Amino acid sequence: MDSEPTTLLQGTLDLLILKSLVAGEMHGLGVSRRIAQLTRGTFDVKPGSLFPALHRMDEEGWISSFWGDSENNRRAKYYRLTKAGLKQLEAETKRWGRISWAIAQALEAS
Amino acid sequence: MRLFVKIRSLSRNLFASRRVEADLSQEIHCHLQMLTEENIRAGMTQEEAQRAARLELGGIEQVKEQVRDERIGNWLRSVLSDCRYGLRQLRNNPGFTAAAVIVLALGIGANTSLFSVVNGVLLRPLPFPHPEQLVILRESKPNFATGSVSYPNFLDWQRENRTFTSMSVMRGGRSLILTGIGEAEQINAVLLGPGFFEQLGVNPALGRTFAEDEVRIGGAPTVMLSAAFWERKFGSAHDVLGKTITLEGKDYSIIGVVPASFDFLGSLRSVDVYMPIGQWSNPLLTSRAAGLGIGGIGRLAPGVTIEQARSDMERVTRNLAATYPDANKGIGAAVIPLNKWMLGNTESFLFILFGAVGFVLLIACVNVANLLLARSTRRTHEFAVRAALGAGQTRIVRQLLVESTLLVSFGGGIGLMLAALGTKTVLRMLPTTLPRSAEIGVDADVMIFALVISFAAGILFGLAPALKTARRDPQQSLQEGGRGGSGSRHRLQGVLVAAEVSLALVLLIGAGLMIRTLSTLRNVSPGFEANKILTFGFSLPPSMFNANPDSVRAALREAQDKFQAAPGVQAVSFTWGAVPLSGDDEWLFWIDGQPKPQTESEMNWAIDYVVGPDYQKAMGIALKSGRFFTAQDDEHAARVAVIDEVLAKKFFDGQNPIGKRLHVNSAEETTEIVGVVGHVNQWGLDSDDKETLRSQLYTPFMQLPDKTMAQNASGIGVLVRSDKPATVFGSIRQVNSRTRSGQVVFGAQTMEEIIASSLGDRRFSMILLGIFAALALLLSSIGIYGVISYIVGQRTREIGVRIVLGASRADVLRLVFIEGAKMTAIGLLVGLAASFGLTRLVANLLFGVSPTDPLTLAAVVLLLAAVSLLACYIPARRATTVDPLIALHSE
Repeated sequence: MDSEPTTLLQGTLDLLILKSLVAGEMHGLGVSRRIAQLTRGTFDVKPGSLFPALHRMDEEGWISSFWGDSENNRRAKYYRLTKAGLKQLEAETKRWGRISWAIAQALEAS
Repeated sequence: MRLFVKIRSLSRNLFASRRVEADLSQEIHCHLQMLTEENIRAGMTQEEAQRAARLELGGIEQVKEQVRDERIGNWLRSVLSDCRYGLRQLRNNPGFTAAAVIVLALGIGANTSLFSVVNGVLLRPLPFPHPEQLVILRESKPNFATGSVSYPNFLDWQRENRTFTSMSVMRGGRSLILTGIGEAEQINAVLLGPGFFEQLGVNPALGRTFAEDEVRIGGAPTVMLSAAFWERKFGSAHDVLGKTITLEGKDYSIIGVVPASFDFLGSLRSVDVYMPIGQWSNPLLTSRAAGLGIGGIGRLAPGVTIEQARSDMERVTRNLAATYPDANKGIGAAVIPLNKWMLGNTESFLFILFGAVGFVLLIACVNVANLLLARSTRRTHEFAVRAALGAGQTRIVRQLLVESTLLVSFGGGIGLMLAALGTKTVLRMLPTTLPRSAEIGVDADVMIFALVISFAAGILFGLAPALKTARRDPQQSLQEGGRGGSGSRHRLQGVLVAAEVSLALVLLIGAGLMIRTLSTLRNVSPGFEANKILTFGFSLPPSMFNANPDSVRAALREAQDKFQAAPGVQAVSFTWGAVPLSGDDEWLFWIDGQPKPQTESEMNWAIDYVVGPDYQKAMGIALKSGRFFTAQDDEHAARVAVIDEVLAKKFFDGQNPIGKRLHVNSAEETTEIVGVVGHVNQWGLDSDDKETLRSQLYTPFMQLPDKTMAQNASGIGVLVRSDKPATVFGSIRQVNSRTRSGQVVFGAQTMEEIIASSLGDRRFSMILLGIFAALALLLSSIGIYGVISYIVGQRTREIGVRIVLGASRADVLRLVFIEGAKMTAIGLLVGLAASFGLTRLVANLLFGVSPTDPLTLAAVVLLLAAVSLLACYIPARRATTVDPLIALHSE
């Protein structure tokens, strides 16, 4: 992960976290596993990247957090998408679409 | 909404950080457990599962730190933690902290204090609307570039100029006798021309200002009171308007009160009443040629430049000279912007002092930089550990800058307090009154100044050591085990010490030159024995004000006899006309036998002293030839005069002047010269021989014309010789109160005081430069001591080895001394070079000593060298007592 460009990575990570939370509220490990599942294992988000991102987005108001019980009856901190987060997801999705289209164009050009 | 969320997060991070941290800990902990459980479900043993989970997590503390870095307000939080850490560091080193804070407080305090003076005196605009339009108007005459304006000329100027909105005049320094309210007393009055207050934009606090017809000669007698006088005499009662006060036996009706804040040229603070100039009973008021000490003030019309006003006035005065050649030939107008006139040479010496105090701050900064450097060397180990743990260079630099900022905040805060409390006290103690000194104080400008110089200082002394520390290679530092390097670090400290020495040298030379100047001036003989003379004013009772000249003479003779008999008094003389170093007055004359000059301006000028028979004895003026006056040279006797050697040389070069005759003040009657006396420094101890008008003419007091004598009832100068001039006034006052009721003595001043105040600016500069130089000497010797001690401490091991190898005490002493001597010598050389350039700035304050006076330079260099060697000696001594065993074991 270290070798990947952070700016791109950060935007991508935010997008993936928001996307994974669309399915419903989740704890950190759940988000991590969900991203791995969504990207078919391409992204394995480590806690060192995941938690800073979750906390930052919490502070931004895109997601909100609360303590709940896990599937194994453990206390866990859950995150859920907020209205602002949903809007952010739409904006980020559009932006990502533009970027990936542009890069694809660039790569296809001879 | 979003903003609200962010603010909530920020405040949570800042103010509920403990809960946020606990929350984070728990979250990470749960995450780890979930990972472990996941691994167990995948078939691992408990132990394997835990290990794999930890591996995936990648270090609990690191993850937490990464989260913290992402938090809102992280920057603020880390600065706060730097501050907390910095405060702890400062608390743990109370000696260092106290030294640095005191040094900074002194430097910043002195600068802020002087800035508040410069700000109040020079920078803040004058408290009048459009002050840039205000100018001072004077007559320029052959002997006086800025002489007084005669009233008829003023009236013509006022009428004929085309560039002024308005013009007015002012004549201060009138002493009047007030009767009818309590005991008779002498009060200060100022005479004002038309529209004076209107021109300055000053509204009366009560009542109104003078109407135009009240200002004219022959107008109704009216006065305005100063706020202080109004309070003292009338308890600030509003019904004072329309009441009258009696001055010199004449009733004046009160029409208004001048606001308490009003001052002009710093000279109206002690004024009691303001009156129209038309009320001046002086018959010379209507004389075009008279010099009565009247000054003009004008307001330029909007858009008019000073050059335009000058050429306009040139035209006006040229026309007047053509119309009235007898009085006005050679007389022009001087037009000087008000602020320039007010500041005089205050501006240049304040800026010199400001430069000097800036040097003190620089030395303070260098000192603190040295302290920080020495300390940062001791802390290299700490920084190396921090760097190894992942703190970036910027983080360490920031930590050091935060510590410097904390130091400078304390230093600056205390300095500002010192300035706020101390400035006025110091100003009161100093021997001069600055213009506008009432406006000096700590205001927003001064606070901003203190803030700016504090932080400039913090960066100045904090950055170099910080960068130097951050550049160190952590590995090397750790290997050295906190011993610190030697080479380059010492070099920087050596440079700083040399800088301190050179700055201190410049200040010491400046102070030394001022001290030499004043001691030279103290030895200048003014031509009389200043230490035995007291002057004061005297006035007969108001009932005598309209008496005939003979009764006035009789009353004055009686008073003179009484004063003569007062205990402690050795000789008494009335004085009229000029008084050395305080007031001047000039008479015109031509020599009998030569043709009478066509116009007054072509006549010869002399400073006139109209005095009693005992004057020469009282003053201790040397009699060169002939005789001085006797009691027989009175109103009935033939007119006689005594001249000084300057007049004798100028007009009777080579001939004996005794027996020669003069026509004095256009009189047909001649006056015989009966004696020649030594010259007296009328114009000041230093500048007298640079003046063009130096001839002096003495005439007997009792031979004053009748008209003038009658006026003397209301005020005349008295001069007394005594062995104790400072205390003799008590017995004079007692004698006076027993003589005649209603007769007043006032305004006692010893000649020494008069001389001291004529040297006020210089003494002000000398005292402040002396204080700054002493501070600089103290700070730089502390600096040298600190650095040498530190180097000795660093080299203890080396010195131990040397001693083991057979070095003697003298060898060790020499070793340390050479280190200090090198720094000092370089500093002295640089300082000398700088002082050659800088002392030229004080050249106009110097007298009888050149800016590169070898004696001063040598003395100061020796002093500084001695002090810095002494500062080296203590640590050097310590070095010789190093016990080699302990030194070698210490690491």
